[in-house]
Amino acid sequence: MIKSISIIFRTLRIFWATSLAGEVEYRLNLFVECFSVIGNLSGSLFVLYMFYSNGKYLGGWNWNSSLVVLGFYYLLEGFTIILLQPNLTRIVRHIQQGSLDFILLKPIDSQFWLSSRMISPWGIPSLLAGLILIARGIYMSVHTMSISSILAALTMLISSLAILYSLWFLIATTSIWFVKIWNANEVLRSVLVAGRYPISAYPEVVRAIFTFILPVAFLTTIPAETLLGKSYISWMSSSIMIALILFLTSRAFWKYALRFYTSASS
Amino acid sequence: MSIVLFVGIVEVMTLISVRNLTKSYRIAKKSPGLVGTIKHLVARKTIVIEAVKSLDFQIEQGEIVGFIGPNGAGKTTTLKMLCGLIHPTGGDVLVGGFEPRLRDTEFLHKIALIMGQKQQLIWDLPPIDTLKVNAAVYGLSNSEANRRIKELGDMLQLEEELTRPVRKLSLGERMKAELLASLLHRPSILFLDEPTLGLDLNAQIRVREFLINYNKIYGATILLSSHYMSDITSLCSRVLVIDKGTIYYDGSLEDLTRRLSPYRGVKIKFSKPYLKNEFTGFGQVIEYSEYFAQILIKRSELTSKLYQLLKSFSVIDLEVSDPPIEELIGEFYQEIKTS
Repeated sequence: MIKSISIIFRTLRIFWATSLAGEVEYRLNLFVECFSVIGNLSGSLFVLYMFYSNGKYLGGWNWNSSLVVLGFYYLLEGFTIILLQPNLTRIVRHIQQGSLDFILLKPIDSQFWLSSRMISPWGIPSLLAGLILIARGIYMSVHTMSISSILAALTMLISSLAILYSLWFLIATTSIWFVKIWNANEVLRSVLVAGRYPISAYPEVVRAIFTFILPVAFLTTIPAETLLGKSYISWMSSSIMIALILFLTSRAFWKYALRFYTSASS
Repeated sequence: MSIVLFVGIVEVMTLISVRNLTKSYRIAKKSPGLVGTIKHLVARKTIVIEAVKSLDFQIEQGEIVGFIGPNGAGKTTTLKMLCGLIHPTGGDVLVGGFEPRLRDTEFLHKIALIMGQKQQLIWDLPPIDTLKVNAAVYGLSNSEANRRIKELGDMLQLEEELTRPVRKLSLGERMKAELLASLLHRPSILFLDEPTLGLDLNAQIRVREFLINYNKIYGATILLSSHYMSDITSLCSRVLVIDKGTIYYDGSLEDLTRRLSPYRGVKIKFSKPYLKNEFTGFGQVIEYSEYFAQILIKRSELTSKLYQLLKSFSVIDLEVSDPPIEELIGEFYQEIKTS
């Protein structure tokens, strides 16, 4: 057990070292990514500002607390750029080109390999933007926070990352059958975009969809509410449960799908 | 006084055992053109392709077995089932005591699949980076990994190539690095799918020499598919001929050659002219001039006929040859197709 854990950590270190060695060849990306975050952030802040300039409340959320939701959105966006996008979009290619063969032949969990092989530093600007927005939103609305609410919010953040990851991996897994799957990346990203604003800002029907069908509410609103001390324990435990169920489903589904893997012909 | 008799028993261990192995795929059948596409969308028709039909064979420890057959014969599918990449539709497979489809960690430590047309090396980085990844995955310490890289690198004559980006390496160098990456964990069972594909003659020879050495040093069992008959003739003592998912021959290459071609060609140059009818009784004369003859002689009578030829004629040069193996195998494939 200890040996397998040490193998996992050593592998991860070498995965990321080799992946970063390949990424630094493209340094211009950092500037592109910074501009993209600034442009994107200005757009989102402008839309929010338009709502609040008339003194309205967006679904019961004031300007400062909405910034916290937007902050969590940028944290997820950063995580997506750093880990999800470089790895999960490759799954389709591995299946199309048959390079999945080499991964399946290694004595290491194939889902772990497929989910962590690559790392991209270009999501750091998004992470920083997220942290700044959250800090500012919190400072302006509640001023102080307890350690317990920070820990609870961290747990909610981990849950939301697990939900996003598991959904993405589940969709990517279907490419074992439908080799030319629609771009899972785009589908999930457009769903994630809906999480920029508090879930209660949406009409009731959309809110229901975003809570029970596409769990957008659990991605940004619940962590923000938890940090602001507004969340209920029932919502928090639901978030953890959904994350666990989706993660375990993604593992079981991957194992099931491999039975149908035909390996690209030579 | 009692005499103690020691009898040395060499235990032959079956390492790969395949019984009744089958694999069938369901694939979509679509008529050409737009109409075909629309029809296909509305009413999807599928057909079942039997890639492998009821294969039976066993391979002993340390054997090098050639797996030959025309394109689409089912060779790669079989190799991938033996590695556990593809799940069989039916039958039993045991490789090194493991059921491959379960991909047990211990099983994966024992095997390697090397494919001539696919590679695991990281394209933008030097091979040494892929080797580091593999060393970590297989749980090798840095010192052990370095020792093995040096050992295998020497056998493969790879040195500074390991620190050059993969994209800058020649095809032959890439294949050698690929072999190193696949064998770093020192597998005892090797599956090779056309390992010399596209390589020049020198590189092909290097790869073959390496495989022979690897087999000798580590006692590895090798199952190799190749379209290059030189790979098979120089490496394999036994061949399995497969087509349409069925094994048509299992035995030594010499026996197959003998079966396919019961005659050998004898070319003779003479110091003085002879008449064609003087060769009657030796075999079929397929080429003749006053000072030269080419005769097909039965393998079983070769020695006696050669002796008589040398005794009866003034011979200045003599050459005995087999028909090219590629031609023989090609004819055998045709024979299978028409059977």
